[in-house]
Amino acid sequence: MQIYLPIAEVSVNAFLLLGLGGLVGVLSGMFGVGGGFLMTPLLFFIGIPPAVAVATEANQIVASSFSGVLAHLRRKTVDLRMGTVLLIGGLIGAALGVLLFNYLKSQGQVDLLVKLCYVVFLGVVGGMMFVESLRAIRQTRRGAAPKRKKHGWVHGLPFKMRFRTSGLYISVIPPLLVGVSVGILAAIMGVGGGFIMVPAMIYLLGMPTKVVVGTSLFQIIFVTAFTTMLHATTNYTVDIALAVLLLVGGVIGAQIGTTIGTRMKAEQLRILLAGMVLVVCGKLAFDLLVQPAELYSLGASGGH
Amino acid sequence: MLLRFAALLILVAFPLRAEEVVLGLSSDKVAITATFEGSDILIFGAVKRESPIPETPLDVVISVSGPSQPVQVRRKERQFGIWVNTDMVDLDAAPSFYAVATTGPLDKVLSSTEDLRHRVSIPRAIRSVGAASMVEDVESFTDALIRIKRDQGAYQMREGAVVFDEQTLFRTAIALPANLTEGVYSTRIFLTREGRVVSQFETVIDVRKVGLERWLFTLSREQPMLYGLMSLAIAIAAGWGASAAFQVMRRG
Repeated sequence: MQIYLPIAEVSVNAFLLLGLGGLVGVLSGMFGVGGGFLMTPLLFFIGIPPAVAVATEANQIVASSFSGVLAHLRRKTVDLRMGTVLLIGGLIGAALGVLLFNYLKSQGQVDLLVKLCYVVFLGVVGGMMFVESLRAIRQTRRGAAPKRKKHGWVHGLPFKMRFRTSGLYISVIPPLLVGVSVGILAAIMGVGGGFIMVPAMIYLLGMPTKVVVGTSLFQIIFVTAFTTMLHATTNYTVDIALAVLLLVGGVIGAQIGTTIGTRMKAEQLRILLAGMVLVVCGKLAFDLLVQPAELYSLGASGGH
Repeated sequence: MLLRFAALLILVAFPLRAEEVVLGLSSDKVAITATFEGSDILIFGAVKRESPIPETPLDVVISVSGPSQPVQVRRKERQFGIWVNTDMVDLDAAPSFYAVATTGPLDKVLSSTEDLRHRVSIPRAIRSVGAASMVEDVESFTDALIRIKRDQGAYQMREGAVVFDEQTLFRTAIALPANLTEGVYSTRIFLTREGRVVSQFETVIDVRKVGLERWLFTLSREQPMLYGLMSLAIAIAAGWGASAAFQVMRRG
């Protein structure tokens, strides 16, 4: 069934969009990522103009994250306090990131720098996570007891706060800094940042994997809601018809994803996420290294 | 004397107005609804003349052009071993849709000077005045634009697609794709003889979004804040709805 999208001004198959939304929703509920990294190229591929794809997908992520967070709230796996601290950091970071992005743009070659950064970053994070979770899985097979949490320099910092759901009693400075740096990266790379936030929460803050997913989704709702409003009011590129088709699939997918996620072991979840990060990294590297079939691309004038 | 002068004037003026187009369109409005799947427009007409059909045959060239917009064309190049966008060209105006239908090969039915004057062929329909200063090979950028648009079905060159009966009745069908931009589509009909334009006629096809499509589009432009909040409300409601539905299913 073909549907004409009023803002995108293209005609697309409704069932295809429902399916795409569902697929990305499952990932979102399982891993606590927004899924923008996957949705953007898929929407480009079916012929949605890039500006509309990026803006509309933010709206769809609001829906699937909200659906996912409700499912996690029922299981009490959302650390609202930690989420709020990360969110505050994230908003500061996003503002800084936009400034940095504009500075880089004035220096030229920002495209190249961002893409290279992205590939290196995803490669390193994905690789480290993969190795770590593989080791953890082997250890549990051997029956060794999991290591106790170490007390490092992080625990000597002031402004300590109790994060009950995560079982942490740490200074607010590290989560705030994680929020700021993810915010900066997200603004520069134009993604929600779930991909970077999730590993950072697990490895830098030492949060339990189960809590991480719900908490990440919690803060993604706010970031993407803000992005949606920004795009709707400045670029007029949010296509509500496209969003509805995507989010119907997305909200259902998110529920399924959450159910799958809670049935899996933390290490399994981590290794799958690591695998996905590496696949995305590989895809980006491939695009950069292999000569594209069409060297030219069209864009609306005046925009970015 | 005066009468003779008038007759001479008519004789001189006559060849220009000797053959005229009488045009019909299957529809002069295209309504884009939510389930719009493209539309075929039948363009037909007759050549009106008050003298016998001349020896040299007449040809018909029909062009349909969508609203023009500035377009940016970027080119990727290999730098430090990876492919990145380097050069780019801003084209002043390129039509969102463009179709040419003729009775024969375009270079036979329309001379290049007439093409230049009336901007009929696809490369001529694209304006790129200021582009030359930015890169050396602007032509490869316009070629790329035409190639990409042609692959999307947005630019159509259909030589010999106009049926021309008895040097009088002509007709052709133009397929408007589903991915149509709204606006005024100007439709031009040229009668040519030995490559020269002897008569031309112009009309418009109005392409408009209607119903829900119209309402959403207008709302997004005139009340962007409200539109954004509405999008968010739908997203939140859908997320909550799915969550509630799953809970009921699990209990049931």
